[in-house]
Amino acid sequence: MDLRDLYREVILDHNRSPRNFGRLEPADAAANGHNPLCGDRLHVTLKLDGERLDDVRFDGQGCAISVASASLMTEAVKGRSLADVDRLYQQVHALLTEQNYAPPTDLGKLMALGGVREFPVRVKCASLCWHTLHAALEAGRAEAPAVVSTEQP
Amino acid sequence: MSLDVANLRAQFPILQRQVNGRPLVYLDSAASAQMPRPVLAAVDHYHRELHSNVHRGVHTLSQQATDAFEGAREKVRAFINARSTREIVFVRGTTEAINLVAQSWGRQNLQAGDEILITHLEHHANIVPWQMLCQAVGAKLVAAPLNQHGEVQLEALQGLLSPRTRLVAVAHVSNALGTVLPVRDIVALAHARGIPVLLDGAQAVAHEVVDVQALDCDFYAFSGHKLYGPTGIGVLYAREALLKLMPPWQGGGDMILTVSIERSTWNDLPWRFEAGTPNISGAIGLGAAIDFVESVGRPAIAAHEGALAARASEALGRLPGLRLVGTATHKAAVVSFTMDGVHPHDIGTILDHEAVAIRTGHHCAMPVMEYYGLPATARASFGCYNNEADVERLVAAVSRVREVFS
Repeated sequence: MDLRDLYREVILDHNRSPRNFGRLEPADAAANGHNPLCGDRLHVTLKLDGERLDDVRFDGQGCAISVASASLMTEAVKGRSLADVDRLYQQVHALLTEQNYAPPTDLGKLMALGGVREFPVRVKCASLCWHTLHAALEAGRAEAPAVVSTEQP
Repeated sequence: MSLDVANLRAQFPILQRQVNGRPLVYLDSAASAQMPRPVLAAVDHYHRELHSNVHRGVHTLSQQATDAFEGAREKVRAFINARSTREIVFVRGTTEAINLVAQSWGRQNLQAGDEILITHLEHHANIVPWQMLCQAVGAKLVAAPLNQHGEVQLEALQGLLSPRTRLVAVAHVSNALGTVLPVRDIVALAHARGIPVLLDGAQAVAHEVVDVQALDCDFYAFSGHKLYGPTGIGVLYAREALLKLMPPWQGGGDMILTVSIERSTWNDLPWRFEAGTPNISGAIGLGAAIDFVESVGRPAIAAHEGALAARASEALGRLPGLRLVGTATHKAAVVSFTMDGVHPHDIGTILDHEAVAIRTGHHCAMPVMEYYGLPATARASFGCYNNEADVERLVAAVSRVREVFS
């Protein structure tokens, strides 16, 4: 277990300068994430274009793992189809928790989270943003019929 | 008055263990202190030789278990100088003690519009039970503010005492900041207006001599596991004049004299408040922990821990970007801090990697964190077994945090 495996350069970089930091206003959907154990709080806002995640931003405060994970997540999911986002959600979850998981080769920078698995108490820090995104998407889906009805008078 | 720390450390088997290939540096005694051999031995002896239910059997084991259990109660009485063992109620811990007072004394004595005065530095255990009581009876919870050092100022507290204040409930020592509160003065202020006072002594009893008669408090709560004893055992001291008027809060065996289907009659003090089979081994372990602490001596423990905490504060305070949180003049051996640009959770992981165990987070005192505008802090807390090498390892590990994040 090496600290550098947890705090990789990509993680430190995204912690120092988080990408897509802020809030989309107006947003199509939003959700709050809270990790009461360490006090991490994240807010995720997103814009949807049909079945595509058009834009996503986050803000809040948290540890390096939670901030970097959220930043990496926004880069990975922006512009992707909701099916792709769901697949990434599953893959990151497996990467964080499964000991012998063989990740697909297209995970890209998200692979930087691979060291978290060796620090079990930190898994929740890395997964908080994904759960929050998931909750926001659920909220977005719930609102979808109402949006559809206004566009089809 | 100096401690033979090497000899003391040898009493704590857990200090021999390694974490991540390095010898453990345990700096989380404010969360839970480790147990010395005499405590482990007393608990083990009870399980091997005495185990049976108390206050029930005529057989030898039950009598011996009862003697050991009630013997522990007498040790607690002497430890805090209560007048009588009738004033010593065994509970699960400080949290349960405060809940007992809230649900029994509180529901009996508070009405809509009444107020309970606490402070902004309380542990959740001295906030939430009062909130629950306030919701139930329509009373109001009022909190005295802190100054920037994390101190409660008497004038501010006095200004919040109103004709509707029915109870003052404050920490003796803050777990998050280490602040020692002027509890004698607080009791005097409240008593001048006829208001009873509860003191949350969870962080105090292991470090200073607590004399409930000298403090003149009405309730005093503490836990065994912060006093080098087992978890799951704690004490509520309640002035007998109050306790005898309080209704039972949990019903069941042991707390009754007679039971019929129509009605029951209550047992004497303190058993009226101890429904069901108690934590017998825990109480016996707590008795052994009290013997241990008395044999070492709290003035010597406090002087030793205070010197280590001062050394740690000074060395940590010199590190760039490090901020000490809680700088009260009168302070226990707790060093809370933050580092610019590094979340306390990351500090905790990096220190753990160096086998330095500290607490990170809100310390079950979210209003304190809110007061300072912080999500969390890192906290090193000291016990009688810590030494200067522990302080050096702490400072080196914190310096390592900066290296990782540079």
